[in-house]
Order: sequence, then structure tokens, then C-alpha cells
Amino acid sequence: MPRLRIAELLSSIGSAAESRLAYLGGLAQLLVRASTHVFTSPLKRSLSFQRACHQAMVIGVGALPVISFITFFIGVIMALQGAYELRRFGALRLVADGVAISITRELGPLVTAIVVIGRSGSAFAAEIGTMKVTEELDALETMALHPIGFLVTPKLLAMLVMMPCLTIWADLMGVLGGSVFGVLGADFTFATYLAATIDALFMRDIITGLVKSIVFALVITGVGCQEGFATGAGSEEVGRSTTAAVVTSIFLVVLVDLVFTAIFYVTGGS
Amino acid sequence: MSSNTADGPIISGKDLRVQYGHREILHGINFDVQAEETIVILGGSGSGKSTLLRTMVGLEKPTSGAVWVGGTNLAQASAAEIDEVRKKIGLSFQGGALIGSMTVGENVALPLREHTKLEASTIEVMVRIKLQQVGLLKFQHFMPSQLSGGMKKRAALARAMAMDPEILFFDEPSAGLDPIVAAGIDNLILNLKKALAVTIVVVTHELASAFLIADRIIVLDAGHIVAMAPTEELRQSTHPRIQQFLNRVADSDAGDEVDQLQLFTERI
Repeated sequence: MPRLRIAELLSSIGSAAESRLAYLGGLAQLLVRASTHVFTSPLKRSLSFQRACHQAMVIGVGALPVISFITFFIGVIMALQGAYELRRFGALRLVADGVAISITRELGPLVTAIVVIGRSGSAFAAEIGTMKVTEELDALETMALHPIGFLVTPKLLAMLVMMPCLTIWADLMGVLGGSVFGVLGADFTFATYLAATIDALFMRDIITGLVKSIVFALVITGVGCQEGFATGAGSEEVGRSTTAAVVTSIFLVVLVDLVFTAIFYVTGGS
Repeated sequence: MSSNTADGPIISGKDLRVQYGHREILHGINFDVQAEETIVILGGSGSGKSTLLRTMVGLEKPTSGAVWVGGTNLAQASAAEIDEVRKKIGLSFQGGALIGSMTVGENVALPLREHTKLEASTIEVMVRIKLQQVGLLKFQHFMPSQLSGGMKKRAALARAMAMDPEILFFDEPSAGLDPIVAAGIDNLILNLKKALAVTIVVVTHELASAFLIADRIIVLDAGHIVAMAPTEELRQSTHPRIQQFLNRVADSDAGDEVDQLQLFTERI
């Protein structure tokens, strides 16, 4: 009997793993098809560009205020948390270094990704899901327009441009937040805080953050759109796919973050 | 890929079978539609008429058999070949299926912008002509959500006509409309039939509208064609299933549901 149980357990693990892999495969396929649409049909390229610009406004510019506030506050929080420990060693001046590295390498890209998931990843799933329910996707197909080229490609282009931009902005706002503590609580002037930050950072720190943000852009667009296309019949299904898009995106973003951080750690040496 | 002769039927189904999963919806049907005729596919809920329509526009792939549309067998065509067919057809969806983020005018312009190299000003003129034909010129800059059900269907028709298609498909043109608006849509289809040299395929369960607009009627029942005849001939038909449909007699099992509904409403 126990042997049978183990076999059952193994087979259920196997089928679960298979469906996860199939999901990732579907994700990759969707992204590849969306990117190939960039290079095909030159007639549509300008329209696709227009749609991408529109998406970029919604995804990027629309997210600026909330990302600014959140990363500014997180900069202050990181400074406070760092100072709590550092002052015991009389190393309060290292606050600038701590904030700079934690924001640019980790929190800037991650917080940006989570805000973008909440604003745009969910919106992708809801938009495409609603279009599926109202037969708009079928309508596009019968007009010989491909839903992936029409809907996913502009979003993908916009995300690939806007995520790094938002991340850089988030880095700046985070450092600015840290500087508020630096000036008020750690004997820095604004100029010396900035100088300390620049001293602490290597180009490598900023670039690892940006590499992450580009991968996050792929994940968020892929999952949001894939969940949208997977919407079943009926409006309650749109809610389900929106929830799934947000939960799956956050999970995958953190997972990707872990993988990349590990890669950067191993290859970084210092 | 062989092609039908110009004089042959513009659409034809040969032993066409379609299934969703393990459930077969269309059980090997044969039919044809001649160029420039108006054909109505009549059937009740679950008869397979919507599936037949979706198959004719390439949204469903046949399990076996062939469906020829404009000289291409959609059962074996590549995606690019299906796209070429789709540029020659227009489909007016039941709920309109207008792109919600675009105005009515932009919806009509969409296929022209995507598939032609026409100047923006030319497209603008064409959009206005199409909207005029369906009586929606004043609503060019409205969003689909601001339109009534009947207006959405008209706008969807204008979009379906944008590329001057050879074949116009209608999915339940009068479903969900009050009788007056529905009659308006019927008149619109009749006018198009007179004005344009176009093949019209209408899927509906509305008898009155079917007899009004059709040259020929195909009656579908449970995935089989029970009749395919000119409108007048069908009216005289003695086939029990057709008579049942024409006289609106409920099925015995469906009758149970109706009885229960009556019981329920009487109690209230």
C-alpha cells in the first residue's frame, strides 16, 4: 500500500510540474510570437508604434506619481532601518551606501515591478479577458488582425522601454528618500549624501537592477496577457484571470529576482 | 490548393464535421451557397448554427470534411490563406463586438487602416459612407458603450462592410432587440441585398425575419441539415421537424421545462 501512495504522490507531483512547465512554455511562446510581430508586416508598423506609445503613456507616465511616493518612502525606511543597526557601531555614515545598494540592486526594480503588476499587469488581463468575453478577440480575427500582434506587441514594446525608465526613476527617488534621513539624522548635507551615494555605487549595481527590470517586464506582460487570453466564458471569469495575473506575476517576479540575484552573486566575485 | 470555378458556389460544405472536445456538434453536413444569394441558416438553440457560422469564417477548424469559402478550403488552409479569405468577408457579431477602446468611426476604419495603404482622408470618407449606409453618421465619434443594442449591431455591420466584402455574415441580427428595431435591421439587410452585389449569410432563430430576407433557407437541427430549400418551398414543407419549428411546438422534454416554469410563475 505505501508503495502505491508514493507512486500516486509522484505522479501528482509529476503532473503538477508538467502543467507548470506547460504554462511557462505557453508564456515563452506568447512572448516570441509577440516579438516576431514587431518585424513582420511593415504596413502596420506605424500603427503598432502609435499603440505602443499610447501604452507607454498609460504604463509608464501613469505610474510615476505612485512609484515616486512609494520608493521615496522606502528610501527613508531603508535609511532608518540601516541607521538603527549602524549607529551601534558608530558607522552612521554608511547609511548612504546601504540605501544606495539596496535600492538600486534590489528594491528599486522589485517595488517598481510590483506597482506595475498592480496597475498594468492586472489591466492587461482584464482588458484582454473582457475582449474575449465580448467576442472582440473573435472580431479581430475575422478582420484578419491577430490579437497577439494587435494587443500584446504594443504592450510588450511599451513595457520593455518603460520598466527600465521607471526603475531608474525609482532608484533616484529611493536615494532622495534616504537623503532626507541623511540630512536630518546623520550629519550629511544633501551634497555630501549624494557624493557618498555615488562613491558607494558601481555601474554594475545599476545595470543589474536594469537587467532585472527588463526580465520583469517580460514576465508581467506575458503573464497578464496569457491570463487574459485564457479567460473562459462569462464576466466572473475576467475577475478570476485578473487575480491569477497578479498572483502569478508577483510569484514569478520574486522567483526571477531570486535567480538573477543568485547569478549576479556568483558571477560578481566582489 | 485547387480553386472552385467562378460559377460554382461561393461557399460549400462537404461532409463537414466539427467537434468541441469529444462532443460532435455538426455531423457531416453538405450545403452550398451561390454567389449573391441571401441564405438564412435557421435553427434552435444547440442546433449547431453558430458553430457552422464560426467554421465558415475560420474561427473553428473542422474535424473532417471540407468547407470552401471563396475558393479556399478552410479545413486545410494555412493561417495566411485564411487571412486572405477573411479580407474578403465581413462578419456582424451578435453583440456587435466593437472594440471598446475605439470610437465607432475608428472601429469602421480599423480594417481599412490595417489592410490597405489608403490615405487617412480617403479612409475618413469611406467610414462616413459606411456609417451613412447603416444610418449612424451622427454617431461616428461615439464610444461603443454609448450606443444602444440595435445601434451596436448597425455599427458592427458598417465595420463588416468596410472592406467591401464579397460575403457578409450575420450572427443573430435580431436577437435581443425589440420587434421594431429588429424589423429595422431586417430592412437594412434587404436594402443591402438590393444595393450591393454581395452574398449574405444570416444565422438566426427568428422565423419571421428568416422568411422576409432569405432567398433560400437551411434548417439545422441537432447538427444535421433537415431542409435546404427556397423560402416558398420550405413554407409548404411537411417535414415534421420543420413544421414543429415553424409552428413553435415545444419538444416533449423541453415542454417539461416550460411546464415547470409555468408552475413556478403561477406560484408567484
